[in-house]
Amino acid sequence: MPDTLPADSIGLVTPQQAHFDEPLALACGKTLPAYDLVYETYGTLNVERSNAILICHALSGHHHAAGYHSMDERKPGWWDAHIGPGKTIDTNRFFVVSLNNLGGCHGTTGPCSANPETGRQWGPDFPVMTVGDWVNSQARLADRLGIQRFAAVVGGSLGGMQVLQWSLAYPERIANAVVIAATPRLSAQNIAFNEVARQAIRSDPDFHDGWYAEHGTMPKRGLKLARMVGHITYLSEHSMGAKFGRDLRSDELNFGYDVEFQVESYLRYQGDMFSTAFDANTYLLMTKALDYFDPAASHGGDLAAALASASCPFLVVSFSTDWRFAPERSRELVDALVRAGKPVSYAEIDSQHGHDAFLLPDTRYQAVFGGFMNRVAHDIARAEEK
Amino acid sequence: MMRADLKLIYDWVPQGARVLDLGCGDGTLLQALGRDKEVIGYGLEIDPDGITACIGKGVSVIEQNLDEGLTNFEDNAYDLVIMTQALQALRRPDRMLDEMLRVANECIITFPNFAYWRHRVYLGFKGYMPVSKSLPHAWYDTPNIHLSTFNDFERLCVDKGLIISDRAVGNGDHEGNWTTRLWPNLFGETAIFRVSRGKPAVD
Repeated sequence: MPDTLPADSIGLVTPQQAHFDEPLALACGKTLPAYDLVYETYGTLNVERSNAILICHALSGHHHAAGYHSMDERKPGWWDAHIGPGKTIDTNRFFVVSLNNLGGCHGTTGPCSANPETGRQWGPDFPVMTVGDWVNSQARLADRLGIQRFAAVVGGSLGGMQVLQWSLAYPERIANAVVIAATPRLSAQNIAFNEVARQAIRSDPDFHDGWYAEHGTMPKRGLKLARMVGHITYLSEHSMGAKFGRDLRSDELNFGYDVEFQVESYLRYQGDMFSTAFDANTYLLMTKALDYFDPAASHGGDLAAALASASCPFLVVSFSTDWRFAPERSRELVDALVRAGKPVSYAEIDSQHGHDAFLLPDTRYQAVFGGFMNRVAHDIARAEEK
Repeated sequence: MMRADLKLIYDWVPQGARVLDLGCGDGTLLQALGRDKEVIGYGLEIDPDGITACIGKGVSVIEQNLDEGLTNFEDNAYDLVIMTQALQALRRPDRMLDEMLRVANECIITFPNFAYWRHRVYLGFKGYMPVSKSLPHAWYDTPNIHLSTFNDFERLCVDKGLIISDRAVGNGDHEGNWTTRLWPNLFGETAIFRVSRGKPAVD
């Protein structure tokens, strides 16, 4: 909790909610009859409505990307390092929109919401969402906010997939795309990690096929294991080594199975925190959305052909020690954009922080990302002059 | 103000060309070509400051090590490949020349002429490896591992059966008389070659 808010913080922010009555047709064939989206905005929409930036969140993310909800909040929003006055995404120049995606567990309609048809919680009956479904719902939120075209759509990891989907599904509504630490599709290894996470949750006796709420339980152990596996993939071998090494919690080995190494303690703590703060059905759904995303699939595996409809400039950024979505995956996207003749810039940032690097401050990352956003701001200003 | 060798290349690039600029630096050339001549294409660079500068200008730049080749670019995908002051720093300049003429029918290459008279004075009379404005590094930390002369490069092109459609040299800080044709191997500090494939492109 900060005693005073940092000067470069957007400050106190309040989530808002938008209700939609128009049914949303989903990729799975089902229809969501009505839904709520929870979102936050930072900065001011200009008169031309041309300075809006959409932030797309990753697996366990949500709408609270920057600032503080109250003076009692321990940490700011998840991307506060890059969103705020004078920051990479400068709220003095941009109007930033950040929402919680459908299926989430932070206020947007999801498995924890009531199913209007049954009156029960949706639970495991909540339809499996795809990146395409999310982007369609985000476009409706843009309509509601009076934003015809985003100056940029920005996201890391699973968020980067949504950015890519925006450029394909709504090319006329996105002026710039920023795809960070992402991939145009998961590898078999990525899917394998997701499957381990899902099995951890689904095999927890407290899971009850997803109806845990009705049983008054929570599959905490499963969710904890899922998070522990996930967390390992977010860090690099180096960053884990630097943070924990082989340090023990006590001075000597105790020849047992309690926590001995510091890294065990850390993982258990991270897992415990997550297991009480996140919904298991949401986690399952989000990992499926990751697994399914593959825009090239409908074009015979030819990603360049899939990208034909994109028309905006792209910035693609990867991190050297990211092994969850390695630089090679970003290069796949860049090479396909080049083959398709689309404007794209690419930078591989030297970082020790693995996949998590996209969330953290870094001089070169900020120079590249900030340089791109600065150009976006200049383009808006030039268009205003005309 | 554009560097004199870039200005010459700028004049040579046709309107609306599809261009690759290998070692594009801060993107000055591509920005001018895009703005004035509707040229589209990409710059390749590994220097972080150069990449940041390009992105700030709105020039499409890809972080890529030229020594790893151009395998991510398709045959004949471009009209022209430009490489300024980078050939001499590559592991295999001859193979890069092949790669450049695979993705485009024509390329423009500039490099420091090792046979420039000042360089000869350094080596021939003083007995030291040349250090000059175009070769600013000491022998032990230079990135320039394949230095060549105006004549050397011409011979490589002839050996490969390539067509040299234009050549020029520049002197001192790239500001000399670019049309000098007299003894370029001796008086040219920077060599500029415009080279195309010997045979018509097979699409």
